[in-house]
Amino acid sequence: MSGMTIIVKTICNWVKVLILLFGLYIILFGHATPGGGFAGGVILAGTYVLIMLAFGREAVEKNLSPSLAGKLLSVGAASFGLIALAGFLFGRDKFLWNFIYQKWPDFKFLGGGTIDLAEFAIGLVVTMSLYLVIFTISVYCRDFKCRDKQCDIPVKEREQN
Amino acid sequence: MTIFYILFLFMLVAAIIAVETKKLLGSVICIGAIGFGVSLMFLFLRAPDIAITQIVVEILGLIILIRATIARDLTFISGDREFFGVVVSVVIVLVIFLAGVHIFETLPEFGTPIFAETTGSASQTYISEGFQKTGAANIVSAVILDFRAYDTLGETTILFTSILGATVLLRKKSRKLLGEVDA
Repeated sequence: MSGMTIIVKTICNWVKVLILLFGLYIILFGHATPGGGFAGGVILAGTYVLIMLAFGREAVEKNLSPSLAGKLLSVGAASFGLIALAGFLFGRDKFLWNFIYQKWPDFKFLGGGTIDLAEFAIGLVVTMSLYLVIFTISVYCRDFKCRDKQCDIPVKEREQN
Repeated sequence: MTIFYILFLFMLVAAIIAVETKKLLGSVICIGAIGFGVSLMFLFLRAPDIAITQIVVEILGLIILIRATIARDLTFISGDREFFGVVVSVVIVLVIFLAGVHIFETLPEFGTPIFAETTGSASQTYISEGFQKTGAANIVSAVILDFRAYDTLGETTILFTSILGATVLLRKKSRKLLGEVDA
């Protein structure tokens, strides 16, 4: 039985959806209210960190495997680059031009044109990268403890030494 | 204005405790207190964007720090190395303090940005024409994703590259292969 007590698990079950929705809201309305791709992405990553702390690493690994997270990270970074290149293609030789709002104002996405698309891309990059950081650190800690020769000695004795 | 002094005093006390305490976990918690103080300060300076980012990053950073330091032993440096470290720290702090005094003397007064008075400056153009040019009501989003989007592109590239490097270096498979080669 990995993870924390049943109290923490129950609270986590109630709260995780709200945190996820709040992160999505911050990303979606980044063009109008405070927040944006980075803050919303960190909140979305925080949801996964909460689940990882409450239920253990295996529960998250089943939901979002690190290889899928790496692919999504690459997709986010590549889409931001493609948005930048699209400004170069559709605009008058302007890299990172807000071409949707300037050229076709009727098709502006939520209000900001490429700003909203870029915020989605940044949110994806930040979410997946911070998720991978936490995941990698937890794997590394476990390996490090096993490789540590002092691991067999209890913590209290180690402190006395 | 007094709220800034109260927050500043709180952060100063937390910083001193973080340096002086013997417990590693208590030190990490004090660093978190400094971060939340910074976040409150941004909020009182009417910068909600930075306040949100600061508080959220602070929580994740605190989790990472606790996760990374909770099973570690403290290493104390003593002897000549301690003397060298103290001397170097004092010199660096003194240099930064003198530079800071020099810089703060040249800054304009609190609450009166120098670009508000000059006409046709970049920041005035962003504020007055930002909504018409980008369609984003949040001026911070308009600046970081339209006017200064090149900066954000570089930032995203740095994040992507650093995470890629960390994942490749720290993943489980490479460690197993390394162990097999050594054995």
